[in-house]
Amino acid sequence: MVTFTIDVERCKGCGLCIAHCPRKLLSLSPNLNSKGFHPVRISDPEQCTRCLNCTTMCPDVVISIT
Amino acid sequence: MSEKILMKGNEAVGEAAIYVGCRHYFGYPITPQNELTAYMARRMNEVGGTFIQSESEIAAISMVFGAASAGARTMTSSSGPGISLKQEGISYIAGAQLPCVIVNVMRGGPGLGNISAAQSDYFQATRGGGHGDYYTLVLAPYNVQEMFDLTLLAFHMADQYRMPALLLADGILGQMREPLILHRPDFPPLPPKTWAVGRMKDRPMNLISSIRLGEGRLEAHNHDLQRIYDEVRKNEVRFEETHTEDAEVLLVAFGTSARVCLGAVTEGRAQGLRIGLFRPITLWPFPSEALVRHAEKVRSILVVEMNMGQMVEDVRLAVEGRCPIHFHGRPGGGLPTTREVLEKVREGL
Amino acid sequence: MGWRYMAEIKKKLSAKKETSMPPSTQTHKRTFQRPKSLTDIPFRYCPGCGHGIVARVLAEVVDELGIREKTIGLAPVGCAIWLEDHFEWDMVGPAHGRGPAVATGIKRVLPDHVVLSYQGDGDLAAIGTAEMIHAANRGENITVIFVNNAVYGMTQGQMAPTSMIGQETTTTPGGRDAKRDGFPLRVCELLSSLEGAVYLTRTTITSPKHVRATKRAIRKAIELQMQGAGFTLVEVLSTCPTNWRMNPLQAMEWIEKEMVSYYPLGEIKGA
Repeated sequence: MVTFTIDVERCKGCGLCIAHCPRKLLSLSPNLNSKGFHPVRISDPEQCTRCLNCTTMCPDVVISIT
Repeated sequence: MSEKILMKGNEAVGEAAIYVGCRHYFGYPITPQNELTAYMARRMNEVGGTFIQSESEIAAISMVFGAASAGARTMTSSSGPGISLKQEGISYIAGAQLPCVIVNVMRGGPGLGNISAAQSDYFQATRGGGHGDYYTLVLAPYNVQEMFDLTLLAFHMADQYRMPALLLADGILGQMREPLILHRPDFPPLPPKTWAVGRMKDRPMNLISSIRLGEGRLEAHNHDLQRIYDEVRKNEVRFEETHTEDAEVLLVAFGTSARVCLGAVTEGRAQGLRIGLFRPITLWPFPSEALVRHAEKVRSILVVEMNMGQMVEDVRLAVEGRCPIHFHGRPGGGLPTTREVLEKVREGL
Repeated sequence: MGWRYMAEIKKKLSAKKETSMPPSTQTHKRTFQRPKSLTDIPFRYCPGCGHGIVARVLAEVVDELGIREKTIGLAPVGCAIWLEDHFEWDMVGPAHGRGPAVATGIKRVLPDHVVLSYQGDGDLAAIGTAEMIHAANRGENITVIFVNNAVYGMTQGQMAPTSMIGQETTTTPGGRDAKRDGFPLRVCELLSSLEGAVYLTRTTITSPKHVRATKRAIRKAIELQMQGAGFTLVEVLSTCPTNWRMNPLQAMEWIEKEMVSYYPLGEIKGA
């Protein structure tokens, strides 16, 4: 089982994780976080292969995968 | 624990640093302090310390910044043009509240000037020197013994107050050879440098930095520094008086100028002139209060310097018009003579 | 704090061991959590800024090598300065460009510590050129993490020594002109003739593959420092989307299209 955690408040919506998700599971939320950014969200965590591309590309250590 | 030897002033500074545990010296060649750099190169080898001939004065003071950050007693030395280059680092060191010793063996300026002894960097030394709102401790030796003693003191005070200490000598003091008693100082113990970086064990991270961003942080820091400066002003003022008790004319001079004035006092007294010498040893903090007490008694004050009039401004600020203040200065490597001083004294009487 | 930190690492390692998975999926059981050497403070960098990636990778390496308590970092003037808030190891803030000289002073006092001088292009390759060259030439046993984003970021996007020919910056309106502004400076190549510099390598962060290569390079540089090999420098071609006037993805593409051909990736001087 994959625990995919997004620290919504740290996300600046840069989109680097989205571009590098091989399964296209990530997208920007239409909601805003308290800093005014559209944070990333995951559509189907069960589809995550733990490739860690998203955590590798994220400049803000938003995502953790356990 | 003490030994009497004959030594050059520049070397006495180096040996004093070794005596109080300075094992990290960083320097760059410039006359008239080269004996100190060479001495440290040799001695650091002998005592297992670090000597680096840096690529520039800026790098030397930056290395001092690094070594002081890591909690070491550290020193650099230079002369006017090099001290100007070091001002960047000195400002950062003051801002980051690091202890270190900087030696300025003064020569004439401005610019490249010449290599003769002068006292042309008094302004620079006593007003912080670099950018920002700070002071450095400024100690002014007047013989080889004091080159040694005040270097010991500079290290101690720098550690005690966590601020840079400047030894303000000149080319004559650096080059002259005099008998010197080497001795270990008897300073009270200092607290451990828990703020230093490295040797992290069961403690949160330490940060050595001079940047204070965020609303009010720098203002608070400036006030913190000021409180330390006030403490220094209260506790550390040092000066020496010779024949001041009945003086009608008070000479005020530091360093090599004070040596000349001491001669003038002896000669003048022999001729029946009632003159005395007030010699500031700390140029910052300046012994203003002691000077005021004299200003209320004497007919006039004569300030003698090897420049066009720098310390005389501090004397005026201290005295605030209580008595007339005269000035005699020889800039550009010129040395005041006892005859010149005594002529000026007679004018003041 | 130290023993607790070690205990946490041990717990994490043993937890990993206890997980039983079929062999086929075990290789995919990879995890990522915030490196212990990063503080909780969110990075202050602009969205998509490469500094965050490089800083995180650095923290990962320090964690993996278990050297946090022996590490001293330098966060000099420029956007690098924010890093003093982000690492759980001791930090020093040198004056602009003086990192390698300050690092020299630290390392000579604490030779058994790992000293990391994190520097930007303006800091390292313009105002700090002398300190960089001479620290390298002395073979100072320190590691420079050189973040080359071809612009002065903190001060709103002026030309850096590493700005590309034709690159628009606030001080090169109309683009950098070699006749007027000189040429982009290749730091690794410049240092490669110095005996004291033992490991000079250039990486980038434009893809997961490249970020992983950056991590390996940083790890190698630090390991060399731990062996006392001499001066090591990892140059990371990085992004400044804000001052490049691009979105983060365009910025990554710009590195690949414009920078990599001029700044070749890989070991410029190996060890």
